[in-house]
Amino acid sequence: MAEKVIETKKKGQRKSSDDYTYLGMVFHRLTRHKLAMVGAFMLIFILLFVFAGPLIWRADPNQQIEGLDGMFNVPSRAHPLGTDDYGRDVLARMFFGGRISLFIGFISAISATLVGALVGLVAGYYGGWADDLLMRFTDAMLSIPTFPLLIALASVLGKGVWQIILVIVIFGWMVDARLVRGLVLSLKEQEYVEAAHAIGASANRIMWRHLFPNTLAVLIVSTTIGIGGAIIYEASISFLGFGVQAPFASWGNMLQNAQQFIWNSPRLIIYPGLAIFMTVLGFNFFGDGLRDAIDPKLKL
Amino acid sequence: MDNREVLVDIKNLRTFFYTEDGVVPAVDGIDLTIHRGEVVGLVGESGCGKSVTALSIIRLIPNPPGKIIGGEIFFHGEDLLKKHEEDMRMIRGDKISMIFQEPMTSLNPVYTIGDQISEAITLHQKIDDVEAKKRTIEMLHLVGIPEPERRFSQYPHEMSGGMRQRVMIAMALSSNPDLLISDEATTALDVTIQAQILDLMRGLQKKLGMAILIITHNLAVVAEMAETIAIAYAGKIVENASAKEIFKSPRHPYTYGLLQSIPKFTEKKTNEPLPAIEGMVPSPYHMPKGCRFNPRCPFATEKCREEEPEIVELTPGHLVRCFHPIEP
Repeated sequence: MAEKVIETKKKGQRKSSDDYTYLGMVFHRLTRHKLAMVGAFMLIFILLFVFAGPLIWRADPNQQIEGLDGMFNVPSRAHPLGTDDYGRDVLARMFFGGRISLFIGFISAISATLVGALVGLVAGYYGGWADDLLMRFTDAMLSIPTFPLLIALASVLGKGVWQIILVIVIFGWMVDARLVRGLVLSLKEQEYVEAAHAIGASANRIMWRHLFPNTLAVLIVSTTIGIGGAIIYEASISFLGFGVQAPFASWGNMLQNAQQFIWNSPRLIIYPGLAIFMTVLGFNFFGDGLRDAIDPKLKL
Repeated sequence: MDNREVLVDIKNLRTFFYTEDGVVPAVDGIDLTIHRGEVVGLVGESGCGKSVTALSIIRLIPNPPGKIIGGEIFFHGEDLLKKHEEDMRMIRGDKISMIFQEPMTSLNPVYTIGDQISEAITLHQKIDDVEAKKRTIEMLHLVGIPEPERRFSQYPHEMSGGMRQRVMIAMALSSNPDLLISDEATTALDVTIQAQILDLMRGLQKKLGMAILIITHNLAVVAEMAETIAIAYAGKIVENASAKEIFKSPRHPYTYGLLQSIPKFTEKKTNEPLPAIEGMVPSPYHMPKGCRFNPRCPFATEKCREEEPEIVELTPGHLVRCFHPIEP
């Protein structure tokens, strides 16, 4: 009898869910999610482009070619994507601009998630007036028309990478806070939290050691999608001239720069635009798939 | 009667819940004494205040809506209700441990069971990780989990309900507590596993000598385990005596009714339905006047409907809250 069972198990082509660890299962579901795979390939392509590209195409992104001949060159052997209005190599600028855009995207999305998690944990765990206070503050932040204030804040804080990150974090944590609060409200009623109390764990310990890891699945998804949003924000701020400053490139300020020449050389708009489009779409596709893979029933 | 040192002495404990619909006197004047190394059963229907009593002892009553509004809980001669939260935290899981009803949800799904037991150990003892792991494996071994080294790094979802309850017991006993509170710890398990867990608890109690407060609605469980039994009804203790006394000569009509409703193997087969206690547990918002059991009591008199009986010691060690106790 037992041998038979083993035999059928060997014969069975499909693995049952018992054969996987949790991460293995998530990965397995992810690989079967078509849109997520499309997103993953787009992201891999972008990451390779941005990080491996400069190893192959060694050009200085800030080097200018003097004279009228260097400006607005069409793509050629010397400059695969042509040159811009200062005669700088556009391909090299795309590499380095992409690095900055992605860096800002990652750091600000992760920081915003952490801030949101902190607010949500405290509000959800303590409840009562702490919850009311924090959540009404969150509501207030959400009700502010983000963009005008974003610009105002960016102009007050000054121009630079870290300032942009700060601005994006200030306006990016609210959704995560609500998400985490909602989760914590139900998680804290779980018996293992009561059990943690009963072994004498402190409030801080329960929040960070017992509740926070249980919200990670949701937070990872929201961060992934958040990165795309942060890149858009960066591009928007830079596009309006408050972001990353020349001569340093970011996809956003490349767009800003190119808008003046939209009729003469539209390709200068298309390159960074396409890059932003692909990155954001890639993160959204991938995040969507990740959500389905982590928990098919999860609604975000 | 019992000359062992008194470990826990609960005096007139009153824990009320203030809800939108009114005040619920979940525990309304419970007295209970637990001696060192004694196994005490606290038995009653749902909503009679058993679990609230347990949570009051370790001061984990959710507040709001709950509040301990009166009484004293002496533990080693000190009133727990007067302690600071910080001091209380040091007692929880160290001197007093608790195991809960739902072994399926009492463990954090994102940590290995080894991590969780080690956490309970390192919270109260100043030892390093290696030592904690050694002690954890020892505990797993003690509660009869096979291959403790392998189980150490397993997650809760990889274990069965019975195994998880063993893990909970290991966690609760890891700091060698003086009192273990078992709040319906075996209720969610099937009968064979239940028997195993009870066996285990009894064995460990003999070995480690801690006192156990068993909270249950299952008379069979306390019959097997407890030396002393307290029967709770609507927030009060109605009868308190040694297990032998309770089962041999119940004096309170409620206890009597409970025992009558258990089918007996020894009796001749009849087609008579099992006797049941008439009526329902009173709504906590509208406690009956007088004795709280009077609307359901076959012996109730005018006096029962007007006055509330005090708990009296009928024979040495046998306390009953009734005007008309059943004669043995």
